[in-house]
Amino acid sequence: MSTRLSRGGRLIDRSQAQEFTFNGRRLRGFAGDTLASALLSNDQVLVGRSFKYHRPRGIVASGAEEPNAIMNMGAGGRFEPNQRATTTELFAGLTATSQNHWPSLEFDIGVVNNWLARFLPGGFYYKTFMYPRAAWKHVFEPIIRKSAGLGRAPKEQDGDRYEHAYAFCDVLVAGGGIAGLQAALTAAAAGKRVMLLEQTAQWGGRAPVDGVEIDGAPSDTWVNAAIAALGKMPNVTLRLRCMVAGVYDHGYVLADEKIADHTPGDGRPRHRLWRIRAGKIVAATGAIERPLSFAGNDVPGVMLASAVRDYVVNFGVSAGDRTVVVTNNDDAYRTAIVLAEAGLAVPCIVDARPSVTGDLPARARALGIRVETGKAIASVKGTKRVTGVALCMQEGEGAVLEHIACEAVAMSGGWSPVVHLWSHCGGKLTWDAAQGYFAPDATRPPTGHDGAAMVVAVGAANGAFGVSAVLDDVQAGMRTAGNGSGVETPARRKEDAFKTTEIQPVWIMPQGAGIKLKAKMWLDYQNDVKVSDVQLAAREGYESVEHTKRYTTLGMATDQGKLSNINGLAILADALNAAIPQVGTTTFRPPYTPVPFGALAGESRGDIFQPLRRTPMHEWHEQHGAYFEPVGLWRRPYCFPRGGENHAQAVVREVDNTRGSLGILDASTLGKLIVKGPDAGRFLDMLYTGVMSTLPIGKCRYGLMCNENGFLSDDGVVARIDEDTWLCHTTSGGADRIHAHMEDWLQCEWWDWQVYTANVTEQYAQVAIVGPNARKMLEKIGGMDVSKEALPFMSWADGVLGGFPVRIYRISFSGELSYEITVPASLGLAFWQACHTAGVEFGAMPYGTEALHVMRAEKGFIMIGDETDGTVIPQDLNLAWAISKKKQDYLGKRGQERSFLVRADRWKLAGFETLDGTVVPDGAYILAEGVNDNGQRNTQGRVTSTYYSPTLKRGIALGLVLGGLDRIGDVVSFNTVTGGKLEARVVDPVFYDKDGAKQNV
Amino acid sequence: MLILECPYCGVMADETELSPGYEAHLKRFGPGSSDQEFEDYMFARKNPKGVHFERWRHAYGCGKWFLAARDTATLEVFGTYPAQSKAPPMALQDKIRARRPDWKGFA
Repeated sequence: MSTRLSRGGRLIDRSQAQEFTFNGRRLRGFAGDTLASALLSNDQVLVGRSFKYHRPRGIVASGAEEPNAIMNMGAGGRFEPNQRATTTELFAGLTATSQNHWPSLEFDIGVVNNWLARFLPGGFYYKTFMYPRAAWKHVFEPIIRKSAGLGRAPKEQDGDRYEHAYAFCDVLVAGGGIAGLQAALTAAAAGKRVMLLEQTAQWGGRAPVDGVEIDGAPSDTWVNAAIAALGKMPNVTLRLRCMVAGVYDHGYVLADEKIADHTPGDGRPRHRLWRIRAGKIVAATGAIERPLSFAGNDVPGVMLASAVRDYVVNFGVSAGDRTVVVTNNDDAYRTAIVLAEAGLAVPCIVDARPSVTGDLPARARALGIRVETGKAIASVKGTKRVTGVALCMQEGEGAVLEHIACEAVAMSGGWSPVVHLWSHCGGKLTWDAAQGYFAPDATRPPTGHDGAAMVVAVGAANGAFGVSAVLDDVQAGMRTAGNGSGVETPARRKEDAFKTTEIQPVWIMPQGAGIKLKAKMWLDYQNDVKVSDVQLAAREGYESVEHTKRYTTLGMATDQGKLSNINGLAILADALNAAIPQVGTTTFRPPYTPVPFGALAGESRGDIFQPLRRTPMHEWHEQHGAYFEPVGLWRRPYCFPRGGENHAQAVVREVDNTRGSLGILDASTLGKLIVKGPDAGRFLDMLYTGVMSTLPIGKCRYGLMCNENGFLSDDGVVARIDEDTWLCHTTSGGADRIHAHMEDWLQCEWWDWQVYTANVTEQYAQVAIVGPNARKMLEKIGGMDVSKEALPFMSWADGVLGGFPVRIYRISFSGELSYEITVPASLGLAFWQACHTAGVEFGAMPYGTEALHVMRAEKGFIMIGDETDGTVIPQDLNLAWAISKKKQDYLGKRGQERSFLVRADRWKLAGFETLDGTVVPDGAYILAEGVNDNGQRNTQGRVTSTYYSPTLKRGIALGLVLGGLDRIGDVVSFNTVTGGKLEARVVDPVFYDKDGAKQNV
Repeated sequence: MLILECPYCGVMADETELSPGYEAHLKRFGPGSSDQEFEDYMFARKNPKGVHFERWRHAYGCGKWFLAARDTATLEVFGTYPAQSKAPPMALQDKIRARRPDWKGFA
């Protein structure tokens, strides 16, 4: 029985009972409990099932390293899987369910895998993937899918909000234990801007639990004084429940602050993600206790010795009336002492070391606790909970000496520094053979932008154990980091007089255990990796620790091997007959513990997922029922459905109305770049394939831009404004990219050319008045001569139209009589409305991007991104007419001369009309005879644009085909998604008004 | 997440303010160049472990392109300088040589 003790529990408030549910059962805990301590206080020892064998799993740890007690938390919009019960603060109304069990936690069908254990060895997945192939798909995968998998993905949208915070500091201290507090005091006293972040809800770390005294007083007193002092300093920021997730290049740090995890629905953001630039990072992250590898070390009730101690001291919860302590070091004796002092039984301390003479063992012995040295645990009795242990000699093979009945086993294999933050950015480690851990190598730290060390590890994270060693280490570390030593190190520490017996690294217990025992020694509890699996991997030739990790899944569970890694690689090293440092560690990667996606996303969700660009007429479009489509960050009306129309019907109406009378388009998103200066013409001649320097003032010219590879990158109409000014229209999505492209060449290649560029896309609204009645409408508005003579096709003019200052371009992307009119953006909506008012008598209608696309395709005009995909040159699109033959150079000219781009058999642009009048599917290929080496059908072209043409009342398409225009008249076959064929005739790509008579009137 | 000092603004700019432009000090080869020259110009990028010169643009700042000397392995930044430079400034080259004695020099 695990239960609540009648007294004790420094973190709980017994006056505040809190009800919660676990697997639907109503249970009671106290304010200050973690979910784990509350479960234990209700004798809920069994809390989950393991990943592969569905073995019963109990709480092992008391902190972030917990591999077993991971829960589905909450429900609905607050459902979240894979939450560690040990770091979840209890609150009234908390609901949790265990994971990975079916049909129930108590009776799990998947435990059958346990009996199949010998068929599921390390590397099982890889072996079955390989052979036999059919078995995977039909036998193994369906079974594994059913029984495997931990938490489920939430089904509902996250009901909480999250936020990001940005901060800068000189010194960021990760960890609010004695080491972190002292480091923060030191740096703060030196005048540094300090952030001190602690992942739990309390300051002080382990010291208060372990009865440490500083300055002759309990460590709690010192901790409270330190926090009080730091809290008064304006240069110090303190944050609890704030886990430093990762250290990145040049001192960038991410930290995840749990604000409302324990107060859901109180209106605050659930998490706050801190994005911090730190000058120096102090890793005061402490250490994690290692389990011992003995048979049955995964039975619920086997816990880390430190955790057993934590539950008694912090929460007044005992793991069992009788606890056997098994250890290879002195520290675990604290647990035995704490248990005895709490009135609980410790039948035996099983110590693998041959003799033990330290002060802590002496105290344990004085309390009457039996200490068995040179002994080990041969096996643990019990399945869903511990009922006893069998003892054996550590040096033997496991012959049982005696049985001891108990409800809990407290194990300690020593402590490993938490080196994650040191290692994230490349800090190297050294192996301490005596203590059996990897510690930061101060001579090979992670370095920052200035080449200096950017992380300092202090205290237990640096391998300094015991309060004296910790405080000395902080002082030394902070001095090295150049962050002052202005604070007196507390002088008198109780531990100074401690005598200890050295730890003796124990990787297998007993050392001569045979395969039967080793197949029951768990390394990774969550992923079910055992000593025997790692040894098998070594026998099968896995020598790299990184390969072994992936092959066996050791350390790949949600705890990322916090408990298992050191033990696992010690086993691997032994199996390979290599030294542990030669085998090395796997890479430590952020985050230290999982960070919710919600926290990473922050406010970037829903309407503000990304910036939205709106034209000045956007609201009008919304009010007139526009159906929008994204174009870059813009939203553009796709069409304006009326009545009961569907989108296709609306597009047909908009095209017919524009070609028949008058259409009005919001063209404001069109890119508008001003290029100005004495060398502007010369610059544009390099940028465009055609010649822009000779363009007369007042005229417009269509131009193509290529990259240095020669591939078509953007197109648009260029207008010559005055002697040294051009206005370049780009595609809607391309304005920023092309502006950056211009600046790149101006700043980095032709920096002596006098040219100035400005992106004025958003400074102007642009309205296209399109259709045979366009001129009549403008004449009705009045104010400018818009006649053919005054404003011929491909020219522009400034003037005043209906009181609006305008610039009118006579350009057409539809093939109709067309005026594109720009006004200052602030007048855009008013002008747009004026156009619609004036257009009433002509039946003017707004049209959207789809009608625009259909009309341009009917005219055979290309669209960047449809006809081009980064592999198409202008020559492929029959646009050689827009490429100057005279110019010595332009961007892309040399690229286009490459052999594969001048080949005669390149696919070239042509038009297509299906024989049956239907529309060619998007993405269809033109089939050729035979198959290629992979057995795939050969192709000779592909569709690039395909629409139903309201004007021709049939399907039309543009596409690239072998032979291009030479193929006119041929009938080719497009493939369809369903495997069929669609026959189409190759035709001229200009389907409508080939001579351009309609636009040039 | 690098920090680079913009030589125009003088600010220590976060990587989120910058856009990368890959290798610096490339010589452009246009019409008339051989296939080999053009291929080298377009595609043959250095990929050193160690000292490297790169183009960066302070895209969400002053908009200026600049060049940076950086160690690709340790991410140490030796310095930044204007894009309008045919070669890294001598003072910067001296600093790199002092920090990386085995550096073969700017080629």
